[in-house]
Amino acid sequence: MTLRAVLVGILALTVVAGPSVARVQAAGEIFIPLLVYRTGPYAPNGIPIANGASDYFTLVNERDGGINTVKIAFEECEDQYDTKQGVECYERLKAKNPVLVNPYSTGITYQLIPKAPVDKIVVHSMGYGMTATADGRWFPWVFNFPMTYWSQASAFVKYVAQQEGGMDKLKGKKIAHIFHNSPYGKEANPTLEDLARRHAFELTLLAVDHPGQEQKATWLQIRRLNPDWIYISGWGVMNQVAVKEAGSIGVKMDRVVGNWWTGTETDVIPAGDAAKGYKSMAFTAPGAEFKVHQDIFKHVYDKGKGAYGNDRAKVGEVLYNRMVVNAMLNVEAIRTAMTKYGNKPLTGEQVRWGFENLNITDKRLEELGMKGMMRPLRVTCENHEGNGLAFVQQWDGKKWNVVSDWIEPIRDVVRPKLEAEAVAEAKKLNYTMRDCAKEK
Amino acid sequence: MIYREAGRFKTSYASDQAIFPIVQDRVFVRAAVVAAFVVPPLVAGDYWLQAILIPFLIYALAAIGLNLLTGYAGQLSLGTGGFMAVGAYSAFKLTTAFPRLSIIAVFLLSGLAAAAIGLLFGIPSLRIKGFYLAVATLAAQFFLIWLFNKVAWFTNYASSGTITAPDRTVLGVTVTGPNATAAARYVMALAFVTVFALVAKNLVRGRIGRSWMAIRDRDIAAEIIGVRPLRTKLLAFGISSFYCGVAGAELVFLYLGSAETLAFDINQSFLVLFMVIIGGLGSVLGSFLGAAFIILLPIFLTRLPHSLGLIMSVALQKQIELMIFGGLILFFLIVEPHGLARLWQIGKEKLRLWPFPH
Repeated sequence: MTLRAVLVGILALTVVAGPSVARVQAAGEIFIPLLVYRTGPYAPNGIPIANGASDYFTLVNERDGGINTVKIAFEECEDQYDTKQGVECYERLKAKNPVLVNPYSTGITYQLIPKAPVDKIVVHSMGYGMTATADGRWFPWVFNFPMTYWSQASAFVKYVAQQEGGMDKLKGKKIAHIFHNSPYGKEANPTLEDLARRHAFELTLLAVDHPGQEQKATWLQIRRLNPDWIYISGWGVMNQVAVKEAGSIGVKMDRVVGNWWTGTETDVIPAGDAAKGYKSMAFTAPGAEFKVHQDIFKHVYDKGKGAYGNDRAKVGEVLYNRMVVNAMLNVEAIRTAMTKYGNKPLTGEQVRWGFENLNITDKRLEELGMKGMMRPLRVTCENHEGNGLAFVQQWDGKKWNVVSDWIEPIRDVVRPKLEAEAVAEAKKLNYTMRDCAKEK
Repeated sequence: MIYREAGRFKTSYASDQAIFPIVQDRVFVRAAVVAAFVVPPLVAGDYWLQAILIPFLIYALAAIGLNLLTGYAGQLSLGTGGFMAVGAYSAFKLTTAFPRLSIIAVFLLSGLAAAAIGLLFGIPSLRIKGFYLAVATLAAQFFLIWLFNKVAWFTNYASSGTITAPDRTVLGVTVTGPNATAAARYVMALAFVTVFALVAKNLVRGRIGRSWMAIRDRDIAAEIIGVRPLRTKLLAFGISSFYCGVAGAELVFLYLGSAETLAFDINQSFLVLFMVIIGGLGSVLGSFLGAAFIILLPIFLTRLPHSLGLIMSVALQKQIELMIFGGLILFFLIVEPHGLARLWQIGKEKLRLWPFPH
């Protein structure tokens, strides 16, 4: 009887007390929600991302006293890289009036794209999400600078051409694309197919089903096919397995190139020496030698506020740096908006203007201590992808090293396709195109 | 004292066969349904509606569907996610091909499509039983998901491979798509689940439900007394898949807004099965209780440390949540193997005798 009473009590409590939402937001702060995945199958990727954001925002608060003295309030919500939990997190944190959100998951990004104009919250999917949203005329609220998957795929093809000795040398070459069988993994396919037609290389598309632990059949096909180059679009455990399999069947590792989500420390370390020589695309440089890292050590870690605690060795990992750059772009966009709207807490609409007029110059990067960590970037009303460039990094068994110059994507191929796709995607949502000439 | 039927006599068959023979029950349930339609849209915020109530209603519908098949007809199925995907993708195809077609009709038609697929995958149930059938339905789960991923026609050749719910209206109110308010979507989901719960309740009280239970309890005996196993089992698969299909369409159109096949993976099948088992096999009410348990409890547990004033990292919070949640599932299954619905029933019986139990 008492046991039953306890049970009923628990149930009642669940229903009643469960999801009461507290609306707390200190006045004079800008709130940024952080959807993180520190647990679950993708935690090895999620932890450096989450820590990068936390460290950079703490740095801005500690070193500068906020963005032009307006403090950043941020709160994490654990979503385990699960779309439904991510939506729950977003809805919960929405009560705190966020101005922008970095979903860090393709599934959640797709959920938030239609909500962004309704909720007036900027979606910044940096180097992921939906490629078509790079057309700002159709998708004013979504930004995916500095680059999209399509630009990345074209930069990869260009890199292959450079290595082979010119675009004309692509003819007859065999390129295999191994991709996660999901919207994310499929993103690069249309661009690769288009470029294969133009440059007459032979493209083979090989899908790997989620989560990607089983790839024997795929790599058997690779062995039979014997491609000249392999491009991988994977995430999480799929990457580790792919790198291991590539090592075990003995393909030339310096001809296996991952996309920028398929080239982190966690992807290559499990494969040991076999991973040596493996390459991946990137748009932010790895390493902890930049000035911003010294600042992070000094203002965040020395005060005991670092997200990694005492484990400073992990600062500077690929995904950590990427999120630091991501957080910096968020902060600079807000700062840009403040030049127009004043140094006070802003609304989502005002921050959106800041994103659209973001201009990160070389000089500004130097001031931020990030010179060389990323390229100068300029965003416009039409172009939410910006003018980002990619490079190739290579694993030497201990760390990632930059091994190429900055590579310009083949924009004259990508952009028209992208604009056509934006029309198709926007039509699904009943959007109308805005006139960028009228925006100021 | 207040909950007692002594002195009330049933003078007609209709009153004897009522779903809620006790007046108090009848009043309570009617009031609850009216309250559910009126109160949350007026009172609850977006978070409550969007993140908690809408998924609860949708999963409750799916759980009723699976309960008809597993709880009443005794056919164990792990294909729920697949059947929900059929509903979602057919709703998407239908509404994009015929934009003028009412969204309610779209949901019902996509339920029918799921029912057809369910019938097809129900055929092996004539020869395979128990756990072996579960494995056979697993094939449906994997095959259907693979199919929707592989054939681009299902997503209208979208390069991303996702389906997106367009704006659709009912009586001039936008109920699907990004511009629909959470309240409108909530009322839509609630209306569906109310009607279909009522239908389910009547199905299981009637000839069909009795034949399902006969098959479940002892199929050979059922055959001897004249229940045709082929028809009965296939009917269970068809109707159950219909419910799951409608729930799947709602999942994309009323809750998620856009989805990829991953939203319907094997975890969904397990999730709905757990709802049915924890809520109570063979109980419509149990489907609701199970859905509430599985959907609400994790959210509550995540927020518990924070509301108690404990500061801890989100990762630790999540891990504690998973441990407690797992522990509670075990606990409930040990103390009440017949599910939460049975707990409710016991409570009702106690209340009947209260305050003089002896």
